[in-house]
Amino acid sequence: MLRTTPFHPRTGPLCQAKNWRRWAGYVAASSYELTHEREYHAIRSAAALIDVSPLYKYSVRGPDAGRLLNRVVTRDVDKCAVNQVMYTPWCDEDGKVIDDGTLSRLGEETFRLTAAEPNLRWLRDNALGLNVTIDDVTDSIAAVALQGPNSREILKHASDAELDDLRFFRLTPARVQEVPVTISRTGYTGDLGYEVWVDAERAVSLWDALMAAGEPYGITPAGMLALDVSRIEAGLLLNQVDYIPANKALLETRKSSPFELSLGWTVALGKDQFVGRASLVEEQRRGPASHLRGLEIEWESLEEIYAEFGLPPELPTIAWRTSVPVYSNSKQIGYATSGAWSPTLKRYIALAHLRAQHAELGTKLAMEVTAEHQRKSALARVVTTPFFDPERKRA
Amino acid sequence: MAANRYDAVVIGGGHNGLVAAAYLARAGKKVLVLERRHLVGGSAVTEEIYPGFKYSVCSYVVSLLRPEIIRELDLSAHGLDLLPLESTVTPLPNGDYLARWADHDQTRRELYRHSPRDAEAYDEFGTLMYHLAFAVKPILSMVPPDPTSLSPADLRSLLKLANHFRGLGEEKLYPLIKLMTMSSADYLDEWFETEALKATMSASGVIGTFLGPRSPGTAYVLLHHYMGEIDGAFRAWGFAKGGTGSVSEAIASAARGLGAEIRTEASVARVIIENGRAAGVALESGEEIRANVVVSGVDPRLTFLGLIEPDELPSEFVQAIKRFRIRGSSGKVNLALDALPNLACLPGVGPHLRGAVSISPSIEYLERAYDDAKYGSFSRHPYMDIVLPSMIDPDMAPPGKHVMSIFVQYAPYELNGGWNDAQREEFGDAVIDTLSEYMPNLKEIILHRQVLTPWDMERDFGLTEGNIFHGELSLHQLFFMRPAAPWTDYHTPIKDFYQCGSGTHPGGGISGASGRLAALTMLEDM
Amino acid sequence: MSRPYDAIVIGAGHNGLTTAARLAKAGLRVLALEGRDTVGGALVTEEIHPGFKVDAACHQIGALHPGVVGDLDQALGVTPDIVRSDPVVFAPLIDGHPLLLWRDPIATAEAIATFSKRDAESWSAFVELISKAAGLLEAAYERTPPDLLSVDASDLWSLVRLGGRARRLGKRDMMEVARLLTMTAVELLDEWFENDLLKGTLGATGVTGMFQGPMAAGTAYMLLHNHVGTENGTVRSADRVRGGVGVLSHALRDLARSCGVEIRTNARVTRITVKDGRAIGVVLANGDELEAERVISNADPRRTFLDLVDPLDLAPRFVRQVQNIKYRGACAKVNLALDTLPSFAVSDPALLGGVVSISPSLDYLERAYDDAKYGDISREPYLEAVIPSLADPSLAPDGKHVMSILVQYAPYHLNDGTWDESRTSELGDRVVKTLAQYAPNLEQIVLARHVLSPRDLETDFGLTEGNIYHGEMTLDQLFFMRPVPGWARYRTPIENLYLCGAGTHPGGGVTGRPGYNAAREILKDVKRG
Repeated sequence: MLRTTPFHPRTGPLCQAKNWRRWAGYVAASSYELTHEREYHAIRSAAALIDVSPLYKYSVRGPDAGRLLNRVVTRDVDKCAVNQVMYTPWCDEDGKVIDDGTLSRLGEETFRLTAAEPNLRWLRDNALGLNVTIDDVTDSIAAVALQGPNSREILKHASDAELDDLRFFRLTPARVQEVPVTISRTGYTGDLGYEVWVDAERAVSLWDALMAAGEPYGITPAGMLALDVSRIEAGLLLNQVDYIPANKALLETRKSSPFELSLGWTVALGKDQFVGRASLVEEQRRGPASHLRGLEIEWESLEEIYAEFGLPPELPTIAWRTSVPVYSNSKQIGYATSGAWSPTLKRYIALAHLRAQHAELGTKLAMEVTAEHQRKSALARVVTTPFFDPERKRA
Repeated sequence: MAANRYDAVVIGGGHNGLVAAAYLARAGKKVLVLERRHLVGGSAVTEEIYPGFKYSVCSYVVSLLRPEIIRELDLSAHGLDLLPLESTVTPLPNGDYLARWADHDQTRRELYRHSPRDAEAYDEFGTLMYHLAFAVKPILSMVPPDPTSLSPADLRSLLKLANHFRGLGEEKLYPLIKLMTMSSADYLDEWFETEALKATMSASGVIGTFLGPRSPGTAYVLLHHYMGEIDGAFRAWGFAKGGTGSVSEAIASAARGLGAEIRTEASVARVIIENGRAAGVALESGEEIRANVVVSGVDPRLTFLGLIEPDELPSEFVQAIKRFRIRGSSGKVNLALDALPNLACLPGVGPHLRGAVSISPSIEYLERAYDDAKYGSFSRHPYMDIVLPSMIDPDMAPPGKHVMSIFVQYAPYELNGGWNDAQREEFGDAVIDTLSEYMPNLKEIILHRQVLTPWDMERDFGLTEGNIFHGELSLHQLFFMRPAAPWTDYHTPIKDFYQCGSGTHPGGGISGASGRLAALTMLEDM
Repeated sequence: MSRPYDAIVIGAGHNGLTTAARLAKAGLRVLALEGRDTVGGALVTEEIHPGFKVDAACHQIGALHPGVVGDLDQALGVTPDIVRSDPVVFAPLIDGHPLLLWRDPIATAEAIATFSKRDAESWSAFVELISKAAGLLEAAYERTPPDLLSVDASDLWSLVRLGGRARRLGKRDMMEVARLLTMTAVELLDEWFENDLLKGTLGATGVTGMFQGPMAAGTAYMLLHNHVGTENGTVRSADRVRGGVGVLSHALRDLARSCGVEIRTNARVTRITVKDGRAIGVVLANGDELEAERVISNADPRRTFLDLVDPLDLAPRFVRQVQNIKYRGACAKVNLALDTLPSFAVSDPALLGGVVSISPSLDYLERAYDDAKYGDISREPYLEAVIPSLADPSLAPDGKHVMSILVQYAPYHLNDGTWDESRTSELGDRVVKTLAQYAPNLEQIVLARHVLSPRDLETDFGLTEGNIYHGEMTLDQLFFMRPVPGWARYRTPIENLYLCGAGTHPGGGVTGRPGYNAAREILKDVKRG
């Protein structure tokens, strides 16, 4: 049997679509309603409540907790203040990304790391000689993301936290109706939003409190389909989709460095020795071979392609996550890994790995589209990510 | 006379002999297969020993049947239907169990219950094994070169091999070498901590060998579990509808369809050799059959020491065959059951009964089972691999009834005092007694029991010393040493006489690879 | 800005001293640091009882690398006096006459003939095979293992030469040797012989120092390993040093000094200083920091990488490889001061001058291993005993003797409890009791007993898990796999940090070969700059 999350007593009955998918051995709702459209718009215009409990979560504590994490992740953990959160990838010894997640500093010697894939063994192996305790707390801590423009108001009503002072990528302990929680101003939607972390046993009370407080603000439970569109708009990567973790890649060419994923900003080469550093120093000197970039597929080009068949452009109704070739002058120079029609931007967008010389912003490329069973190339332009970056996200 | 002459005569209608015959017939050759028993299949037979119940008497799972053979001989059109074995459950002495299921998430969750670390390592291990299986594959479908030869063909072949290995890179080459030289227990120790997991995985490394999980050289068989995946097969271990005999029948049917002639109850007494060349065979009945070439599917010991006059062979070669190790180490118990057995650790009917049940709670358990055999006793508490074919194919038993196949190790061929009827029954009792500890209702539901010792396997199936692989799969008996250098490319010291059984590269299991490679080699010569 | 030393060698065992001397001879400024108060590592001769001196740990030496012998000769004008006993082996039975192995194959064959005519007839061919195979190994031992992945021209050449040498053996012998490498001692010996005592006595060399029984693949290789460099025709030769192995240690020390090596004892290294992926010196227990252009470790790989280097300076994959090196010591040592000669059933005491081998059959050895496999001390252990005072009376007072016994199996990892005093003394009791079955007076003549458990070998001599070879000599830990795959060329992932101990190719035994090879590779790098 697949596992259900601690919120399942609530999310189960709410899922009218009976549209479930697997996420790390748990069942997660793809959409609650029969279409995910309203759930997506809740994220962008009101507030959405998303069960993200299946994320792998590791508690890292002890005098050497900071040292261990500094050894593993690419960012400088010393710069992470207590109650701060950092997004960071981590690499193997060849500087290829194994996974990415958020690192929360809950105390001087207490951290929590989230991951898309199991990483307990990697963390423990790297803890050789260090005084640190690493526990897998995936099952014991539930997490729910409250995302959207109204999320702050809802949380203000539901909790005792001083949210006006809580900056982007900061966290605070708080209570939601007597339930002790941690609120972090983080999320996977690129919007104003929070993630609330709670003991699994109290998950249902938290859900109820948030739903009650959010009711006047249009709170809507949202599933993975809505989340997927918004994370692409936000230019956020998905492990196993936008990159293959280095420890699972069957081919060397399937691995990516942080530079190649355009995560160079997370690589603190200035700090002490960390796993992959030597390779990354070398790669920075040489320059990465490719970049992960935003692509915007030109509407006019799509119109032209479909006009040939006497059709208007047929757009993907949900985000896709297959590998699609990208061309420059009919020569393949990369591949897109996920894409979606952005209902907010009214643009067809995608994330793509592009060879370095074709990755400059503004470069004109072409992406394969299949129209009427025929493979065509639609013009596309290299653009900056996030595609959608509202001011309220950080405000 | 000329009309009776065959292009090729195949000695032994086991699966490799049948495969070789089919490929020869496919190339337009006039082929005759001679089988001693009343049915074809050798060790791959289904027999109704007890009315209404069909036993896969010896070989009971189809692990490595080469997909190209299935394709090229169109075996599905000849009735081959492979069904998946879904899971492996290892009952533990403390009443718990360790299961590995078809579903990745379910397996991960189950392993996590025993060790979070192992759950993660299992995935990485799987990735590595997948790589390594892919790296080894070309070797399995390659005719071994002679490393001592300076012939351009052998050198080319060796160079190709060397380049292949260098091309693997350190992440694959070194683990592969380690895999080839280590014991499965040590190899798995580098990855896992759960005893039952290590034991159950390493058990596959000792099947059919006279080795324990701590014996170096047992690790590489771990690869076999991953071989299926890279061939596009949906799962490594399968079960043939109708029992293992239906694999043989499908191949036989394909061979007949291609024009091969198959005679049963035709026991070959010797190979006729004229002027240093094989010219045909003489049957026990005295009948002589002439052929341009003769190929033997029986094991090397039987082939070279039983069917050929010693003075026809170089004495060095005879010496090499004599010292070719072929010690049998396993037995088989087949049961007709009145009802389903109940596992104490997982009571009732469940999906676990459609998979294998492995009695391998710890490395020490297996190692102690081996210790008994080292000194000439059968294991008091043996390793057992159990399947219920009737759960996968209901036609194997009357409705509501079941058959159970128990592969048992260790049972040494050279038992202290020798095998006899009393020893056989005692061995059967040890199996049932041990199994009853995990399946409390077993004794009450047994309708019939068939016990096969290595001695029975030799007598009934022509397996010398009861060795199921036609020769031990130890390091110095593999590849360009199987069965004896330099006669590893299916040729023999006698012209026009070939070998195609499991005693040649790549060795045991119902893979058919030896039969196919031998036939291709013969066709090249012809 | 140059550092005060060109090289610091950590550990002054025989390989460390060999490397140090070779480097200094080439003009390098070398400092050798030894944590104990004496050099020589496991090659020490100690007084276990007033007037009784014995080789505390290692009591016999292998064939020293000819280059080392040459160096000693050249620098000191003398080489330690090697005692080559004849007969080499005395293998008794409880009921039955003993088997003697002599230096002369013909004499040995005659001795064997009293047990089995057939075996006696096979003897000379067997000896020839062993010599041929060991000769081939010796050629491989003189070379640095090739890097299989980036075989360059010189590696290829070395492989071709080895291949050429292999081919010269002839097709049949070559396949024979190839078979041998992966076989078990039992398989090998069963092919050749029928007598249990003979097979047991030969098989014992296949398991010495191994946590394996003779039924394990790779033990035939070990049997060959123990015959590399020994004089043709002598099987199971056991060379000793007159005055004790300590004499050899001192000779190597004097050699190193004469080449200009500075040696410091009581200088335990606690850390190798690494900066930007490069070794630049060491830190001592007393806090002293010493700088050098390069650091060479004679310590075993686990100690070197997991204790002396900050794991942060190593890739996790490499750390995992080092953690996976198997040590699992299997031997213990029992040293006895004896009031008189033990009463073995022997006509002439001189026949006891070689090794007394308690190895009545291969099954005996395998059963001894069976106990150890499950974490117990062998109920009836395999014993390799020597009475050095027979040939060298200076080791014991007049008429008295010392006996040095290598015991197998004594597993480092016991299934219940650890190697405390009571387990150690239990081991001593078992050994004396076992041996007393062959020499009935033994229990009465013991004046002093000195037992070293695998744990003691670890604490006293820095042998991880008590493994006398600095890592098991199993097939997966040999040649280009030693100490870990990809790093078998004495270099390490840390620039300017090298290994020179028995944990590297060609492994254990007192030969100086790893140290000699390491020095050659280091000097290559020095030349390259």
